[in-house]
Amino acid sequence: MHIHQFDAVVVGAGGAGMMAALYASRGARTAVISKLYPTRSHTGTAQGGIGASLGNLEEDRWEWHAFDTVKGGDYLSDQNAAKVLAQEAIEAVIELEWMGLPFDRNDDGTISQRRFGGHTNNETKKPVRRACHSADRTGHMILQTLYQNCIKENVNFFDEFHAVDLIMNGDRPAGVVAVSIDTGELHIFHAKAITFATGGWGRMWSTTSNAHTLTGDGPAMFWRNGLPLQDMEFFQFHPTGLYPLGVLITEGVRGEGGVLINDRGERFMERYAPTIKDLASRDVVSRAIYLEVREKRGIKGKEYVYMDVRPETVNRYLAEAGESRRIDADYVRAKLPDIMDFCKIYAGVDPVESPIPIAPTAHYAMGGIPTNIHAQVIRDGKETVIPGLYAAGEVACVSVHGANRLGTNSLTDLIVFGRKAGQQMADYCRHADFVPLPDNPAGAIEAELERIRSSKGKQRPYDIRKKLRSEMMDKVGVFRQEDMMAEALETIRQLKEDYRNDLAVDDQGRRFNTDLLEAWELGCLLDIAEVTAACALERKESRGAHSREDYPKRDDVNYLAHTMVYPEGDGLRIAYDRPVDLSLGHEPKERVY
Amino acid sequence: MEVKLRIRRFNPEKDQKPYWGEYTLTDVEPTDSVLELLNRVKWEQDGTLTLRRSCAHGVCGSDAMRINGRNRLACTTLLQAIDASKVIQIEPILGLKVIKDLVTDFEAFFEHYRSVMPYFVPATPVPSNGRERYQSQADRARFDDTTKCILCACCTTSCPSFWASGQYVGPAAIVNAHRFIFDSRDGATNQRLNILAEPDGVWRCRTIFNCTPACPREIEVTRAIGEVKLAIQQGAR
Ligand SMILES: Cc1cc2nc3c(=O)[nH]c(=O)nc-3n(C[C@H](O)[C@H](O)[C@H](O)COP(=O)(O)OP(=O)(O)OC[C@H]3O[C@@H](n4cnc5c(N)ncnc54)[C@H](O)[C@@H]3O)c2cc1C
Ligand code: FES
Repeated sequence: MHIHQFDAVVVGAGGAGMMAALYASRGARTAVISKLYPTRSHTGTAQGGIGASLGNLEEDRWEWHAFDTVKGGDYLSDQNAAKVLAQEAIEAVIELEWMGLPFDRNDDGTISQRRFGGHTNNETKKPVRRACHSADRTGHMILQTLYQNCIKENVNFFDEFHAVDLIMNGDRPAGVVAVSIDTGELHIFHAKAITFATGGWGRMWSTTSNAHTLTGDGPAMFWRNGLPLQDMEFFQFHPTGLYPLGVLITEGVRGEGGVLINDRGERFMERYAPTIKDLASRDVVSRAIYLEVREKRGIKGKEYVYMDVRPETVNRYLAEAGESRRIDADYVRAKLPDIMDFCKIYAGVDPVESPIPIAPTAHYAMGGIPTNIHAQVIRDGKETVIPGLYAAGEVACVSVHGANRLGTNSLTDLIVFGRKAGQQMADYCRHADFVPLPDNPAGAIEAELERIRSSKGKQRPYDIRKKLRSEMMDKVGVFRQEDMMAEALETIRQLKEDYRNDLAVDDQGRRFNTDLLEAWELGCLLDIAEVTAACALERKESRGAHSREDYPKRDDVNYLAHTMVYPEGDGLRIAYDRPVDLSLGHEPKERVY
Repeated sequence: MEVKLRIRRFNPEKDQKPYWGEYTLTDVEPTDSVLELLNRVKWEQDGTLTLRRSCAHGVCGSDAMRINGRNRLACTTLLQAIDASKVIQIEPILGLKVIKDLVTDFEAFFEHYRSVMPYFVPATPVPSNGRERYQSQADRARFDDTTKCILCACCTTSCPSFWASGQYVGPAAIVNAHRFIFDSRDGATNQRLNILAEPDGVWRCRTIFNCTPACPREIEVTRAIGEVKLAIQQGAR
């Protein structure tokens, strides 16, 4: 057993983790633990842009950005958090530019911005250009730029260290246990302050835009340590995953003028969102696609529709809308080069010549580890802070995104709240002491890993995972109803039994044992899938991404509150005991786009 | 259809030396990627098969390997794009130490990367109005190509000069230096050019040109190296 001591430890080296690390390092001895080399993190796949009301091309205001965020979140967003996000987005994006991020530029040399779903001029209700971008590789540029700056500032990385447990001593965090993937040895990181930035868990569904490694390790570690999770039923399905793989095709395609078309050649979003049409928020568009498919208007009767960004199509609709802008094939290629490649490689389609086959894909976790606007983790609906424990990025639930995240707001979230976590850790470490490690801090996790390593049952992790993912896709997906979700919950509990009692792992070795670690990740997915299904079953209304056919309306009387789910014994307890912050004064209204 | 895979295997805890493992998969589609096939071997037949992967669509740079003798990302290599009629041969990339099966040790690779100051050193103080530094579209376009690098090592580990001497910084590090050398906002050009003028810098490149076709991001690697060479010859910007 190796024991390290650092003032601050960050788990995860995506955008949120590295931002936290940069800031923490300035005031505290900091280590970053990541199961992937930092530049392999999924932030690097983000395409379309990072939202900030710079107003480089037209009037924009942070107040509009905040309101759009709240409305997009179907009024479950905390308005104090939306305010912080929208206000600080501006300096955060500028800070990235100062760090060297190569944004695309406007004619005048300022940062280029494009349209994105749900971002509007609140007065005219028209789409506004708020998404700052670097072609369709914005996340790649952010991830690279942050890593470069971490190198410049000598941040300590423990690359390919897989965190497997959070160490709590009573109700205080004391450190993290991680497996060195190369050697297979356990390491204990004893720390005063810890930030979790482990990203999302799209791998819970069979069609997803998420990496193989996005398995919800962070929330599972919290849950297993008796800590609550928040708003877990809210998971976003992005409307435009490349069919059938689910690889993401950015909303930026529609931002540049692309439109969704059904088998009859209709631009069907005109019916669902008359004002902003294809740029309505994601939950709305995903449902529209499902409904079109259900009405047998999918392409060739199948489960997908087209997204058409051929210049002649785009220009026809621009003309119809009375806009003077026109595009050509070179423009599309310059603005969306990676999308061109994905479509060619995986679908054999050249988007400037043929429409792109798309269908909704599991994309983003709105819920997660409950935090406040300072990135501090809280343990209950009364905002009780756990000193020294922080979370940021997709794994955290501040909640900025409420019931449905607006495009470009995750990258903003990473930078704004990652930075806060870093600043907070640096401040905290200045006056706090180490919480002593409890006896045998890695004992339980060591035993669990040994159990998995030596398991000789009949079910491969893959078989269990496959069942889990299709069950979630079919029954806890875009549309939900009571009986289906109850079935899913039962299946998940059965799969958990199988995982405990009948698992088969081939690799019994120590070094680079990805068989073992994949199986451990499956355990995380199972735990939080159960939480997700249970929360979805309990919330008897439709709000944002949580859309129930048996309760199709939003119910602000009973459910205008965050779901807090607490582990209890072998089960769980759900309470709506964290109120939604309404301090900007945006009272819930019906959402029309 | 059915395909056969021949995979270079090595388990440091068991094997004295590497060997070839052979696997047959049925129900394979021409649109399956090599990564999907490797996953199927691992998940359905032999869980000990070890490889790195994450994003599965060519962006994270985890799964560079030699497929039928060429460096590629497994996740962007579809069967229809390679000759799958006989066996598909899969080996770790060359020139980095093999840890296990297809997993190689990237520490040396990242050390070369770090050695070229792969970070922004601003030429001017931050603007006093608190806004972004301006950059013209032409200046931004000047280094666009080399911003695309995902550090997968396909280029560096396809380079005979790197195979001959692991001390050579290699194409990937030069690409990442290029990204800053030609950024109009950066002020450390001379330092980077001095680093790359050292014996293990750009002059080890013999313009063999393996790197360019190896790049899954279609970066014109050899050209970028050529531009750095020229900048060194011409002295500072
Ligand atoms: C294809 C795609 C496109 C997107 N496009 C946009 C966009 O245009 N705009 C936008 O705002 N958002 C976009 N998003 C969303 C956004 O990219 C993500 O929500 C965000 O990048 C998540 O960042 P993160 O730092 O929280 O986590 P990640 O970048 O996912 O990083 C997670 C980190 O945690 C580490 N980790 C995880 N588990 C462990 C463990 N057990 N031990 C150690 N380390 C661990 C990983 O190694 C990794 O370093 C997109 C998402 C996808 C999938
Ligand atoms: S798995 Fe990410 S590049 Fe292939």
